[in-house]
Amino acid sequence: MLKINNLKASIEGNKILTGINLDVKPGEVHAIMGPNGSGKSTLSSVIAGREEYEVEDGTIDFDGESIMDLSPEERAHKGIFLSFQYPIEIPGVSVSNFLKTSLNESRKAQGLEPMPAGDLLKMMREKMELLEIKKGFLSRSLNQGFSGGEKKRNEIFQMAMLEPKLAILDETDSGLDIDALRIVANGVNKLKSKDNATVLITHYQRLLDYIVPDFVHVLYNGRIVKSGTKDLAHELEEKGYDWIIKEAEQL
Amino acid sequence: MSEEEKILEEVTGADYKYGFTTDIESDTIPKGLNEDVVRLISSKKEEPEWLLNYRLKAFETWKKMEEPDWANIKYNKPNYQDIIYYAAPKQKKKLNSLDELDPEMKKTFDKLGISIDEQKKLAGVAVDFVMDSVSVATSFKDKLGELGIIFCSISEAVKEHPELVKKYIGTVVPTSDNFFSALNSAVFTDGSFCYIPKGVKCPMELSTYFRINQAGTGQFERTLLIADEGSYVSYLEGCTAPMRDENQLHAAVVELIAMDDAEIKYSTVQNWYPGDANGVGGVFNFVTKRGICHNRSKISWTQVETGSAVTWKYPSCILKGDNSIGEFYSVAVTNNYQQADTGTKMIHLGKNSKSTIISKGICAGKSEGSYRGLVKIQKSAENARNFSQCDSLLMGDKCGSHTFPYIEVKNKSAKIEHEATTSKIGEDQIFYCNQRGIGTEEAIALIVNGYCKDVLNQLPMEFAVEAQKLLAISLEGSVG
Repeated sequence: MLKINNLKASIEGNKILTGINLDVKPGEVHAIMGPNGSGKSTLSSVIAGREEYEVEDGTIDFDGESIMDLSPEERAHKGIFLSFQYPIEIPGVSVSNFLKTSLNESRKAQGLEPMPAGDLLKMMREKMELLEIKKGFLSRSLNQGFSGGEKKRNEIFQMAMLEPKLAILDETDSGLDIDALRIVANGVNKLKSKDNATVLITHYQRLLDYIVPDFVHVLYNGRIVKSGTKDLAHELEEKGYDWIIKEAEQL
Repeated sequence: MSEEEKILEEVTGADYKYGFTTDIESDTIPKGLNEDVVRLISSKKEEPEWLLNYRLKAFETWKKMEEPDWANIKYNKPNYQDIIYYAAPKQKKKLNSLDELDPEMKKTFDKLGISIDEQKKLAGVAVDFVMDSVSVATSFKDKLGELGIIFCSISEAVKEHPELVKKYIGTVVPTSDNFFSALNSAVFTDGSFCYIPKGVKCPMELSTYFRINQAGTGQFERTLLIADEGSYVSYLEGCTAPMRDENQLHAAVVELIAMDDAEIKYSTVQNWYPGDANGVGGVFNFVTKRGICHNRSKISWTQVETGSAVTWKYPSCILKGDNSIGEFYSVAVTNNYQQADTGTKMIHLGKNSKSTIISKGICAGKSEGSYRGLVKIQKSAENARNFSQCDSLLMGDKCGSHTFPYIEVKNKSAKIEHEATTSKIGEDQIFYCNQRGIGTEEAIALIVNGYCKDVLNQLPMEFAVEAQKLLAISLEGSVG
């Protein structure tokens, strides 16, 4: 589904990604871990097509086609979703209006008519239940005055509505208390299918107790220096990153 | 150029979408202004002597006045001798139905997206067309007539209801009020008149579409709206104008009178030609709008201003009565080389009078937008309240936004609050929308509409939708 080959990217002249290789297949859950500044968030931004980043080398293919020349919205229309580490506030735009616009723009790109209001509302209600979101949430200004937990829940709510093929969750666990983490993880698990894939970007192993990954990758200095199964995450939790960094530097 | 600048450049580089002219024969007089021209206008309109005298007195006053230059705008002052002061479409026959309308004129309205048929079908909208200066068609008149509501052109009102016009004209905006109001009083050719009788709640939105359509014609609209005791009316004016190379002067006067316990809601959607991307051409909009509130009455001004090269406009309320309420909700968009100096005046005279000011400025391109507001609490205004909020949204770094709040308080019991913010549309906001599949143009429209929500919510439903589209068009570019 997602195939990244030797990806190198920089911002304002600083090299952040120095040769990423990653292969994500339908139905899989990948976790990308690594210390601060290793390039985790840059990777997610580059996949989503953020234009401030300069891609210097390498390829990103999605469903067998290169997405390198596509705009962020075109990538979104293809089914790539990014849950933001810091969701952005848009004052005066309600959650429901934003979702309606978002959903219908994607439908338009696929040659579909806008979703009838009744169906849309029904779908919103279903997904809100899944994520234990309270009534009244839909009419609030997008992310404005939301608690950390509400913001993250809202991201997963949007993901549930948009039903992407590939979801990249950037530090979705940060700022969540244990109950909110359980609800969010539960939502992500319920949305998993054999046709879609999830990439979790996280600092901590904690999230991986709730969403169990098929593969764990450790990112350091802009490359993946070690890959393994979920056991690798436990090892990191116990021993920290230092041993991997040493191992990587010896190479 | 950074990515953000590129986006903004493209998005704000939109051409005016409503640039076209209608080919209708006009009856005009030679350009220039002198006493004979004032007399000619009055005689062409078959006016009574008192009105001619009113015009002549105003003309004398105007001659002694100087064009104001305190506003934060720069423009070449019009040559008042180079303007045609009277133009009326030749077709003067009264229409029984809109089907009789000149097909050319109908096409113009269709291009603007104001389908007459649709308007008629839309629940309760009576439209009084003003093309150039003479009203062409009025609908729903019979229905309004049953309730005793008078809604017609001011010329017609002069003929049919002279006692009302004579009693109220110039009482809220005296001819000597300012340079432009004096000019308007001397040469106004048409406009709207509305009277709501005691205790009557007008059952539909009253709406007038203004349009400047004659090359080089200054348009001097005169509007007089009287809501008698305990009555209610919601009134909307909206306008677009065809593309012109030369500047067109517009100096309207609007007077509102809210008697005891009456309520007037006055909404404006203004989209006159702003000039091209280099700042050439465009309408000069120098408007005097003012309302007077008697006891327990309320006047609410809502304006969405996207057009004009230069705007000079301060819809105001004189809160004369005890417990009277004045409100001002404004969205002003400037793009390219547009300049706007707009705001309001709230003059508190009555006890417990209250006023609210919500102003949202949006500046793009190389434009300049200023909010200028006066809150004045007179000695008699015991327990007066005011809340003002002035926000500015900047797009790009070549535009300017300014706020000039004036507060004068002569009664210690007054409570006044003023809040102001300035913000930019962030790259982060746009990327967030992009990532959710929303293109940049659509994203900016979404963000801008969200920012203006408090004002747009004040507009009647169907006009709010129209205004949203207008905001998007005003900031739309060639992206995608």
